[in-house]
Amino acid sequence: MKLTKLLAGAAVALGLAAGGALAQDKTKVGFVYVGPVGDGGWTYEHDQGRLAVEEEFGDKVETVYVENVAEGPDAERVITQMALQGADLIFTTSFGYMDPTINVAKKFPNVKFEHATGYKRAENVSTYSARFYEGRAVQGTIAGHMTESNIVGYIGSYPIPEVIRGINSAYIHAKKVNPDVQFKIVWAFTWFDPAKEADAAKVLIEQGADVILQHTDSTAPQAAAQAAGNVVTFGQASDMAEYAPFPRVSSIIDDWAPYYIARTKAVMDGTWTSVDTWDGIGPGMVGIGEITDAVPAEVKAEALALKDAMASGEYHAFTGPLNKQDGSEFLAEGEIADDGTLAGMNFYVEGIEGSIPE
Amino acid sequence: MIRLEKRPQPSRAWSMATPLVAVLATMVMGGLLFATLGKNPVEAIRTIFWEPLFGEFAFYYRPQLLVKGAPLVLIAIGLSLGFRAGIWNIGAEGQYIIGALTGAGVGLAFYPTESWIIFPLMVLAGAFGGWAWAMIPAVLKTRFGTNEILVSLMLVYVAEQLLASMSLGLMKNPEGFGFPGSRNLQQYDSAHNAELIAGTGMHWGVVAALIAVIFSYVLLNRHMLGYHIRLTGEAPRAAKFAGVKPARLILFCLGASGALAGLAGMFEVSGPSGQVSIDFNVGYGFTAIIVAFLGRLHPVGILLAGALMALTYIGGDIAQGNLGLPSAAIQVFQGMLLFFLLALDLLTNYRIAIGKPEVA
Amino acid sequence: MDLSAINPVLLIASLMVAATPLLLAAIGELVVEKSGVLNLGVEGMMIVGAIAGFAAAVETGSPLLGFVAAAIAGALLSLLFVIMTQVALANQVASGLALTLFGLGLSALMGQKYVGVKPPQMGRIDIPVLSDLPVFGRILFGHDVVLYFGIALTAAVWAVLKYSRVGLILRAVGENHDAAHALGYKVVKIRTLAILFGGACAGLGGAYISLIRVPQWTEGMTAGIGWIALALVVFASWKPWRALLGAYLFGGVTVVQLNLQAAGVAIPVEYLAMSPYLITILVLVILSADKSSAPASLGRSFHASR
Repeated sequence: MKLTKLLAGAAVALGLAAGGALAQDKTKVGFVYVGPVGDGGWTYEHDQGRLAVEEEFGDKVETVYVENVAEGPDAERVITQMALQGADLIFTTSFGYMDPTINVAKKFPNVKFEHATGYKRAENVSTYSARFYEGRAVQGTIAGHMTESNIVGYIGSYPIPEVIRGINSAYIHAKKVNPDVQFKIVWAFTWFDPAKEADAAKVLIEQGADVILQHTDSTAPQAAAQAAGNVVTFGQASDMAEYAPFPRVSSIIDDWAPYYIARTKAVMDGTWTSVDTWDGIGPGMVGIGEITDAVPAEVKAEALALKDAMASGEYHAFTGPLNKQDGSEFLAEGEIADDGTLAGMNFYVEGIEGSIPE
Repeated sequence: MIRLEKRPQPSRAWSMATPLVAVLATMVMGGLLFATLGKNPVEAIRTIFWEPLFGEFAFYYRPQLLVKGAPLVLIAIGLSLGFRAGIWNIGAEGQYIIGALTGAGVGLAFYPTESWIIFPLMVLAGAFGGWAWAMIPAVLKTRFGTNEILVSLMLVYVAEQLLASMSLGLMKNPEGFGFPGSRNLQQYDSAHNAELIAGTGMHWGVVAALIAVIFSYVLLNRHMLGYHIRLTGEAPRAAKFAGVKPARLILFCLGASGALAGLAGMFEVSGPSGQVSIDFNVGYGFTAIIVAFLGRLHPVGILLAGALMALTYIGGDIAQGNLGLPSAAIQVFQGMLLFFLLALDLLTNYRIAIGKPEVA
Repeated sequence: MDLSAINPVLLIASLMVAATPLLLAAIGELVVEKSGVLNLGVEGMMIVGAIAGFAAAVETGSPLLGFVAAAIAGALLSLLFVIMTQVALANQVASGLALTLFGLGLSALMGQKYVGVKPPQMGRIDIPVLSDLPVFGRILFGHDVVLYFGIALTAAVWAVLKYSRVGLILRAVGENHDAAHALGYKVVKIRTLAILFGGACAGLGGAYISLIRVPQWTEGMTAGIGWIALALVVFASWKPWRALLGAYLFGGVTVVQLNLQAAGVAIPVEYLAMSPYLITILVLVILSADKSSAPASLGRSFHASR
């Protein structure tokens, strides 16, 4: 059996070699991943975006990726490697790749770079990120209605602006529909440890939470909620539809495909310029997974209306009046938070208990 | 019947030949693995071993070998001293982190003052940080007889939490818009562990690794302390009679390995990596344990083993990018390489005999 | 801060679940080390067990068959360690580390198809009257069968080591392999069996994570539990009941720190997150008054002709 596979492998390789001669007119797109494509979360969704690019452009693109690339010198080497091997466009998909991306970009002015979730740009470096907090607003609304114990559990990874923004957004909208709601926040202090996430979810449920929001990628909280029986959860990063219709009643989906396709197209057309993209529900970068029938129809309608209002730009998730946790004013009546404040958000809004670890 | 006979003397010829045989065997087995994954085995093997050294872009990858190999060698040299004496420091990863924190901490404290004294101070602070972190298991062992394997390992996790806490709090870049991670030391000249000659990959960490190799060689072969280390590992009872003080040896071995690991962390954070961040550590402290044994705990062996590991990392990443091999396949391949290198070492000390054993 | 939110009964019940993978792997390794072999490849065997068990459970629909498959897979991987250390007489520390590296890669290759798949559920044993007892019902009688198996295994290993001839031989081999050999015991064979047992246990521990505690498959999901299990054996001074204690302590501190966070206790989170490790060190220092030491031949290769 091995021999036949060996021969098959050789044949494939020959095919690749023959294809290589034509590679000149292909657009080569590189992806650098921080985790394995099998993580079922962050990296998995970026890889889905890569596959969508292949699907869209077929023979006209060649995509390459390297997974499990540590931040720091390894990232710099792998990005350089892709540039050396003739990539036209490189997506670096972790915050920690920021400085390495900028460093490499200086050496390869003709290659285009796209760095996810960072804030440093250059002539040939764009940044892009998703307004996940819009999805959190939808979740908060559903959570506020669904909770009976008025305790919502929240599993955070690390206390960084991205996560804090999500907590605030969810809290604001839960509070709006349910003034008695209280958030219990547990920090896992890890990006990835499914067993710890499972423990965290169980702890929150044991302490009375009947809705769990998570900013970690594993389905561990879903399973814990299912075992508990009456706890509501939301999918994170991917749809986690295998836990629908209950406990998973909706989800936030990272959908990078439209952006990756558009940027690849821009490189092909020669229209690529350095931009700072921060897209939300409207352009489709943040997807809201199907709201299941476990949610009462009027709640579902309210959540969808909120989603549409944010998609059309008619409503912003951070609209005043809002105070900070210490009672000082954050936003005046009708005022909308600017992107700079949101990007570096390092405070809770009024009403959330506990302090942000430093 | 096939059996093993111990050689009266380790075979010099085999000790040179086994690494080559092992690499060849790995190429065959790894090739089969890659073929079952639908990749061209010859191409994959060539990419991993040849591309970084002699390929089209070797001018870039060769310096990277130094960058990747230096911390491995530096840490492994320190570990090998303890391992020879039967003192098990499994927590080099933690000492590496603490060294980086103390080293970077000193640099960041001086920001933005420019002075030539800052970098040497950071070096001292890095070595001290690693040393101090290693002193915890050392003192607990000499005082209470607490097992150093467990304490040093647990301290890795503690160090990781400290690292996260520092990148989110105290050392967070005030101009970083609230994002985690410190200032980039690459952009702070006095604290930057820059390449000594541009484009060579040669930074102070590489120099330190080479000095450590020479120093450790001299220590083990020419110095009383080195003799005591070897004696304690090979014949603990004899060592006792020879007047070796175990407590002093423990303090020295753990301290030295901690200091070297701390140095490695400091050179990394101020050079190739540039900043303190949550995910700063990438497992050098654990990989160095493998490097130490792969090099048979011998300084020169460690140097070669470190280079080989660095090669498979860099070649592996190239193979991922060029051939679409999953990183898991590269890991399995590295595992195979280690298995063959370790297993075939047998031929150095034993010969394979066929036939009935003589009656002794 | 609201400590009353913490329910001690549920806390104990969940720490038992959190501790079980540790316990299974640690008991296996304990037997291995008793025989004088140090296998640092626990993490690798666990993760291979995790995916093998997951895949088998998904394919057959039976979690129990999953556990059987996990034990077999763990044992098969440990066979590689047998070849390395018992046949080729390679260094055990390095071979174990290589095994971990190999296992992590292998599991990822095996698991490519299983990302995002939901495994069949393993029910709790529900003993009608007992499970409904207040307090003890939930703690003692409301778990899955594998958790009880872990405790039973601890008891069995303790009894065998202490009272049976097999245990005596195992310890003899671990303490002085040359003497054991001179007495006519087959050192290599005994160690091989011990290593296979350890592999099977580690495999079970891994599958407990992927099938019950989490349950899902993701690459690298054991996230260091194998290392903690290794540390636990030393912590336990090679005594089975103390391994159980250690596993519960470690699992307990982990669960308690999350509980304290959720209850809003004003201790900085990063210190809470460190606490399981610091407390383990502290307890270890206290326990080090106990001078029972490692098996004398631990980590040394054995060759009959010397």
